[in-house]
Amino acid sequence: MNFEAVIGLEVHAELKTKSKIFCSCTTRFGGEPNTHICPVCLGLPGSLPVINRRAIEYAIKAALALNCKIAPHSKFDRKNYYYPDLPKNYQISQYDLPLALDGYLEIELNGKTKRVRITRLHLEEDAGKLIHGGASISRADYSLVDYNRTGVPLIEIVSEPDMNSPEEARAYLDQLKAILQYTEVSDCKMQEGSLRCDANVSIRPRGSAELGTKTELKNMNSFKALQKALEYEIERQTEVLEENGTIIQETRTWDEREGVTLPLRSKEEAHDYRYFPEPDLVPLSIDRKRVEEIRAGLPELPQARKKRLIEDFKLPEYDAKVLTLSKHMAEYFDSCVKETGDAKLVSNWLMGDFSRLLNSRGMEVEDSPVPPKEMAFLLKLIKTNKISGKIGKKVLEEMFETGKGAQTIIRDKGMEQISDEKTLIPIIEKVLEVNAKTVEDYRKGKERALGFLVGQVMKKTKGKANPELVNKLLKDRL
Amino acid sequence: MSISRKDVEHVALLSRLEISEKEAGVYAKQLSEILSYMEKINELETSNIEPTAHVLPLNNVFREDKVEQSLAREEALKNTPDTEQGHVKVPKIV
Ligand SMILES: [Zn+2]
Repeated sequence: MNFEAVIGLEVHAELKTKSKIFCSCTTRFGGEPNTHICPVCLGLPGSLPVINRRAIEYAIKAALALNCKIAPHSKFDRKNYYYPDLPKNYQISQYDLPLALDGYLEIELNGKTKRVRITRLHLEEDAGKLIHGGASISRADYSLVDYNRTGVPLIEIVSEPDMNSPEEARAYLDQLKAILQYTEVSDCKMQEGSLRCDANVSIRPRGSAELGTKTELKNMNSFKALQKALEYEIERQTEVLEENGTIIQETRTWDEREGVTLPLRSKEEAHDYRYFPEPDLVPLSIDRKRVEEIRAGLPELPQARKKRLIEDFKLPEYDAKVLTLSKHMAEYFDSCVKETGDAKLVSNWLMGDFSRLLNSRGMEVEDSPVPPKEMAFLLKLIKTNKISGKIGKKVLEEMFETGKGAQTIIRDKGMEQISDEKTLIPIIEKVLEVNAKTVEDYRKGKERALGFLVGQVMKKTKGKANPELVNKLLKDRL
Repeated sequence: MSISRKDVEHVALLSRLEISEKEAGVYAKQLSEILSYMEKINELETSNIEPTAHVLPLNNVFREDKVEQSLAREEALKNTPDTEQGHVKVPKIV
C-alpha cells in the first residue's frame, strides 16, 4: 500500500534574555556546574518567582513573527512530574491559556510554497542537565545534575501535523530557526541545546483523511538527526502496517549511533502532569498597544530578505535561500558585497569554501575566525587578479587556521601572484626550451599543447603566475 | 463525586507517596467527602463570570532583566546528600 507520513513538530527555543525567567541568575551557557543557581530556581521553601519582563516581550515578538494571535489574558501553570532535572518537582509552564495561538509559517521546497500551521506558542522554564554515569540512562548506576540551565526562559512552539515528509519537517525547522534568529529572541544553537525538537509522526494510506496512531520522537540533536530519525520511523511504521501489525502509541528515542528509534521505557514517561494554575505568579494581561509596538518593530524576516537578494543581485533562488537562512550569514554576505561590489563572487565563496571550512570545524557563521572585512579583502585580491582563486583557497584555509589576515599570510608565504614580465619571461623561455616537442605540436595546430605549457609554467611558479599573462607571453613566443 | 481506592493509589504513585492499603481506603473516603462538599459550589450560576486564575486582584507583576549574584556553590549544595565534581548526585533514574 502507498502510505503518506503525517508529521507535527514541537520545538523548544531558549530565549536570550540576560537573566532567567523567574530569578536573576545568569542564563550564560557553560560555567562551572551549579554556579548559576539561587533559592528561586532551586525552588527552596519561601522563595518566590517573579516574571522577567523581557522574556514576555521576546515571546510576543517570536509569536508575531510566526503570525500568531497574542492572547489578551494568559497565565502560568505547574506541570507536575518527578525527574531529577527539576529541583522543584514541577515545571512552571503554560497549559490552557498559552501566550499565543493560531500562527503559521511558510516553507519552500522544490519551488512550491506550503503553509504549516502553528497551534500554539507558550512560555516555560528550562530544566537542568543530566549526565548519566554509564553508557546510557538505563545502564547508569547514578546520574549527575547541573542546575545552571534550570529556569532559563524557553518558548515551546507546537505545529499542526501539516508536514508530510522528513524534508518538509527539516524545511520547517530551518525556517523556524531563521525567524527566531532574525527576530533576535534566540541563538538557536542546536549543539548547545538552545534549540531542541521533538516530532510526532504517523502514517496513513495516501489520500485518507483519518490520522494513524502516532509515535513521539525525542532526542534528535541536529537537523540531520531529525531528518534521519523521521526517515527511519516512517519506514518502521510502514513495515509494521504492511505486516498487518499495529502501531503502539509511545515515545521513542533516536539512537544516533545505531541509526534507529527505540521505545523509551514507560517509567520515563509521565502522562499525568496534573496541571494547575501557578499560585506564586499573578496572571498576565497583555497590553494591545505594546503588542502593536512590538509588531511595528519586527525586523525584515528571512523570506523578505531572500526575495531582496534575488531582486537586487540576480542570485539564483537556491543561493539566496542558503545565504538568508542564517541571519549572521545574510549579514556577512551583505558586508562582503558592500566591500567588493561583486555579489556573485561573494556568494560563490560563502557557499563554497567558507561554508566548508565552517562545517569542518562545527562552527556557525557568527563564530567564524575570519571577519567579513578580511574575507572581503581576500575576495578583492582575487577579483583584481592579485592572487589566483586556487591560491585564494589556500589563503582562506590559513586564515581559518591561524586567524591571521590575508595580507600577512600572502606576504609571509610569498603567495602573491607573479604579474611581472621580467620574472616570468626567463621561466617561460626555460619551459619552451625543455618542451621542444610540445612546442612543435602546437605549431602544427595542436591547440591543446598550449594548456600543457601553461601548466608547466604554473608548476614552476607554484601556481603563483598570473595565468592570463602566462598565456599571452607564451603565445607571443610561439 | 466519588474517589476510588484506585484513584488514590494512582495519585499516590504520581506523587511518589508510599501509602498502606488501609490508608488508601481512609483517603478514598475522605477525599470523596471533600469533593462532595466542594460540589456545593457547582450549584452557583457562573455562566457569565470570568474564570479566576488567581485570588489576588493583580496582573503583570514583572522584574527587569537584570543579572544578580547567584549562590556560592558550596552554599547551594549544602543540603545535598551526595555530590560529585560540583554536581548533585542522584540514584539510578530508570
Ligand atoms: Zn536563580
